[in-house]
Amino acid sequence: MLDNLMQAYSFINMRFLLEGAWVTIQVSVISIAFSYLFGIILGILRYVNFKIISAALGFVIDIIRNLPLILIMFFTYFGLPQIGFKPTPFWAAIIALIIFESAMVAEIVRAGIQSIDPGQMEGARANGMTYWQALWFILLPQALTNMIPAIVSQFISLVKDTSLATIIVLPDLMNHAQIIYGQNTNYTIPMFIALAAMYFVVCYALSLLSKYLERRQRYQGKPANN
Amino acid sequence: MKVKQWRFGLLTTLLMLIMVVSGCGSRSLATKNILKEDQKTQAITWGVKADTRLFGLMDVKDNQIKGFEIDLAKALTKEMLGKNGQAKFIQVNSQTRMPLLKNGNIDAIIATMTITPEREKQVDFSRSYFDAGQAILVKNGSPIKNVADLNQKKATVLGVVGSNSVQTIKKFAPKAKLMQLSDYSQALTALKSGQGDALTTDNGILYGMAAENPGYSVVGGTFTKEPYGVAVNKNQTDFRNAVNVALTKIEKSGDYNRLLKKWFGHVKGFNYKEVQR
Amino acid sequence: MINIFQNYGSQLWQGFWQTIICSIISLFFALIIGSGFAILETVPNKWTHLIARMYIELFRNIPLLVITMFFYVVIPMYFVKISGFAAGTIGLTIYSSAFIAETVRSGIQSVDVGQIEGARANGLTFWQTMVHIVLPQAFRYVLPPLGNQFINLVKNSSVLAFVAGFDLMYQGNVIASDSLQSMNAYLCVGLLYLVITLPLSYYMRYLERRTLKGGA
Repeated sequence: MLDNLMQAYSFINMRFLLEGAWVTIQVSVISIAFSYLFGIILGILRYVNFKIISAALGFVIDIIRNLPLILIMFFTYFGLPQIGFKPTPFWAAIIALIIFESAMVAEIVRAGIQSIDPGQMEGARANGMTYWQALWFILLPQALTNMIPAIVSQFISLVKDTSLATIIVLPDLMNHAQIIYGQNTNYTIPMFIALAAMYFVVCYALSLLSKYLERRQRYQGKPANN
Repeated sequence: MKVKQWRFGLLTTLLMLIMVVSGCGSRSLATKNILKEDQKTQAITWGVKADTRLFGLMDVKDNQIKGFEIDLAKALTKEMLGKNGQAKFIQVNSQTRMPLLKNGNIDAIIATMTITPEREKQVDFSRSYFDAGQAILVKNGSPIKNVADLNQKKATVLGVVGSNSVQTIKKFAPKAKLMQLSDYSQALTALKSGQGDALTTDNGILYGMAAENPGYSVVGGTFTKEPYGVAVNKNQTDFRNAVNVALTKIEKSGDYNRLLKKWFGHVKGFNYKEVQR
Repeated sequence: MINIFQNYGSQLWQGFWQTIICSIISLFFALIIGSGFAILETVPNKWTHLIARMYIELFRNIPLLVITMFFYVVIPMYFVKISGFAAGTIGLTIYSSAFIAETVRSGIQSVDVGQIEGARANGLTFWQTMVHIVLPQAFRYVLPPLGNQFINLVKNSSVLAFVAGFDLMYQGNVIASDSLQSMNAYLCVGLLYLVITLPLSYYMRYLERRTLKGGA
């Protein structure tokens, strides 16, 4: 048993596994950065009531949010080439994650801005700010701080969801673990332990970060509203 | 009410867009001459398996794919482009290889792909470069001794999405329940977990699995002929002809038999001399 | 797309039902398990609190695919044989229950402490208070977020495709490679997912709006 563990966690296997983990981290970080950015922009556009844009955007966002991520990965991997762009599994996964998670974050941001007392907007406007200034400097910062837990837990989901990209053969942590135990069954349990541990460490660290941010924000006095 | 109208309008536009996108596909590919482009870039992008021992398997030690098809693809590349020709490899599985070829992510498929009439409607094949036959892999001591034993309601056969073996097994064992996994490594893991009574695909692949897993063996011999071909997009006749010419050269020079011996020489139960050329 | 529905109608239909059945079974058990752990977490006892916390944190922070593959690969190898569908459904149940536990807990904590104290003062036991006073209010409060969890659950049921669970996504993969029209096959599958999730999602938004209005 112990022997088996030692072999399973041999230098070669661990290096292979960590190579996979590195891909997972790269995909996660790039996707998080862009979906945060796009999510906020889309969320604002959803909130601001431009008739056509908001309705169109809302509809597209609803569609994306209600599809399984695996399907979106297939669309980016198999579908994008049909309009002339051929992504590698790495970029196909990232694009799919950005599309999916931006839509999720957009909904969170929209709900966040909407939950803020409309009196604040009126107050800011009365004090001479333009609509956009009030939105950008007054409403959005509050919405984002209120929404930290929701957004971070969305990003935890993102990290976990990178594992689904094995279906388009992304050489990530999940895929590399499967390759290792696929070649030697004795390594199955050790690989699952390693998988669970690695994902857990990253995701739990993120959730601790979220709690820390939440607490810090509470000590500083939650800026208005509830 | 207005919002609903908007939504309806959007839905129809979206649907029409989808129809257009799915209808037109990639026409630009048809006009390109892949062989000429590859000669310019001095590189051919091959879609290969990375989960299939003996043919194309990811080596955990150095993150390289190794196998008969990899070596063959390298040899073909050298013949087709000259000494400096580079063979690039993209991992595919039975499920992803066709879309990737059609979309132009890869120039050609060399991934245990049987030449079948249905596939020939979609892609062009080179001459066969390996003659396999479908068989079944079972746990040692299993009551199932051949494909006929599988033809019962209680039996579960494992296969891989997109392989033609899953179509064939429906004819040979119509009563058995068929479960399709996404690649061979997953299917083998499922067999070992007892998710099925037998795994079916081509003998070469199964022997590779049996060689690494002594508790499992190929039984009953082959029940079909599965000639593997290099698949290219329709209209890429130049590329296909170049593959055929290169393959003939490799066969004549004896390189083919050397590769065959390198990968299949030590496989128990598989007589590589039968498929020598 | 139309020819996919024509040629592979029965497979799509089967996948559609498998997805719905799997989602309903998972939802049912995830609700029970999730509420159980949510209550355990609110019980004034250090140990039960710790156990509940551990369960929730563990399964919230591990990918669903890992949990599902564990039940598909490891459990049959060493313990009992379970099918892909069962493995997928169990994985989905456990994974979702952790999220549902979090949601229900926030609902329980939203109930005014005064009410609980009042009920206890009137002679109700802890469990009676929970069942008759706290949970009904908590569930009304968390219905919209629970609905969102259910939508997530339906979408997540697509992991069954990894373990040959015969769900919609699995059939999509099979049809895509059988028909050699992958995009069309996946578009059909996408439409069928939307048939389940979009109405749910609009209904939940309606409920959310109503709760907000009612609450204020």
